[in-house]
Amino acid sequence: MSSLSLAVRDANTMLRRNLLHARRYPSLTLNLLLTPIMMLLLFVYIFGDVMSAGIGGADRSDYIAYIVPGILLMTIGSTVIGAAVSVSTDMTEGIIARFRTMAIHRGSVIIGHVVGSVLQVLASLVLVGAVAVAIGFRSTDATALEWLAAFGLLALFALAFTWIAVGMGLASPNAEAAGNMAMPLILLPLISSAFIPVETMPGWFRPIAEYQPFTPAIETLRGLLLGSEIGHNGWLAVAWCLALTALGYLWSKSLFDREPAAH
Amino acid sequence: MTHPAIAANGLRKSYGDKAVLDGIDLAVPAGTVFALLGPNGAGKTTVVKILSTLISPGADSGEIRVGGHDLATDPQAIRATIGVTGQFSAVDGLITGEENMLLMADLHHLSKREGRRVAAELLERFDLVDAAKKPASTYSGGMKRRLDIAMTLVGSPRIIFLDEPTTGLDPRSRHTMWGIIRNLVSDGVTVFLTTQYLEEADELADRIAVLNNGKIAAEGSAEELKRLIPGGHIRLRFTDPDAYRSAAGALREVTRDDEALALRIPSDGSQRELRSILDQLESSAIEADELTVHTPDLDDVFFALTGNDDQPKETVR
Repeated sequence: MSSLSLAVRDANTMLRRNLLHARRYPSLTLNLLLTPIMMLLLFVYIFGDVMSAGIGGADRSDYIAYIVPGILLMTIGSTVIGAAVSVSTDMTEGIIARFRTMAIHRGSVIIGHVVGSVLQVLASLVLVGAVAVAIGFRSTDATALEWLAAFGLLALFALAFTWIAVGMGLASPNAEAAGNMAMPLILLPLISSAFIPVETMPGWFRPIAEYQPFTPAIETLRGLLLGSEIGHNGWLAVAWCLALTALGYLWSKSLFDREPAAH
Repeated sequence: MTHPAIAANGLRKSYGDKAVLDGIDLAVPAGTVFALLGPNGAGKTTVVKILSTLISPGADSGEIRVGGHDLATDPQAIRATIGVTGQFSAVDGLITGEENMLLMADLHHLSKREGRRVAAELLERFDLVDAAKKPASTYSGGMKRRLDIAMTLVGSPRIIFLDEPTTGLDPRSRHTMWGIIRNLVSDGVTVFLTTQYLEEADELADRIAVLNNGKIAAEGSAEELKRLIPGGHIRLRFTDPDAYRSAAGALREVTRDDEALALRIPSDGSQRELRSILDQLESSAIEADELTVHTPDLDDVFFALTGNDDQPKETVR
């Protein structure tokens, strides 16, 4: 067997193991889903009137349209915390030593986690998206190509944040620490344009909110689904995704190749 | 195989200034059981981790070969030859015992059918059929260890490393484990095990190396090691201090234990020697309250070799 097909086969085995974990213990993923859904309902049904007035909308349905792209990206930030936790759990268990002493593709265990996490994120996005549609979210005349681009962006964003979360999982001494370390991934959307426009924030804070990874991605998604101006946010979002993927990959690789401790 | 299953020359490893392994030579012939015996912290686990490719040997180590493959240049070939059961259970607790076995089968690239067959066979052999559909996290310590070894055997490894396979097991599980290890050897597998139990090394191993402070303090068969130590003796215990003193004066070649009122006379434990000592006691009119015969056991060897310096020694370089 060639080394590539060996790698694919082993990674696929590891992926099936991770999906089995997720199927057997769905509570972790479902818990992580709770935050974006609660935020969506809270901001629409409790704060909705004030919020829609704040963005100059006519009624609550304008605010639903405004908030959903941010909630979808928040779903990604939230779900990948599961990857950090499960990677870290794996690394603290004896099974990783077993994998390392077997004649398998070395990185397959990590690749399994990454692909598994991206698939879980996509499933979560479908669920959250369904809730959004159920409460009245509709895209405004998005073409098939725009929908495709929106899915592509979400998948790319999921991949980027999964790699960062995997690095966090590898860097953490235990699952609890991994969960804590990955927590900012769910908080970052709060200081983006997810809930309120960046222009309404204090001037000194605006550059942070505007250029952190979530805002360009949210603005791009809004543009694709709702027809607003994308501008420079499109390439900024893609650049962020590629940079975070590369960074997360290299970070994870160096942590994973690090020699395990003696005891 | 003409070459030994495991051969290491000048195996070294240090963490910072502390030398954990300070030049170890090992040669384990194929098809034998080799026990690395030593107290906690002697470096046993480090040896296993290096030989099983988990961590790299110190840069100043000599050549290390496992299954004929060079550790430095071909670790992947070694991984294809060996099976490792570490000190801490290496099972996936979230999935069932059977799923753990099938995971191993997939990672060894067995076909679906072959994988199922091997998994079922090993679950049967290790008495795990009833528990096969339960999550491994619910298993008892002994069951986890059996599953662990069953998983190690999926790829039919020719060399198996067992790091403290019975630590933490109850006596029954320990005897079960010993039976398992003996069966492995009858299949022609080479077993490298570490243990802190002398009894275990004595029971299982063809050759034993005593590791202490990162060095091999002694190596040989259990019999050879016992011969190293003049531990055999006859012990006479008295309750009357006067009888004790007169006996101590009358007998040559005794070691006195004044507090216990006991005398030790060196002896190999043979009937002839025992008789001559009894004759001597008789003629000197010495009557001990208790007479016991001690033959040297591995405990004597172990304490003699490792007992002198409890403190890790300073390494001067």
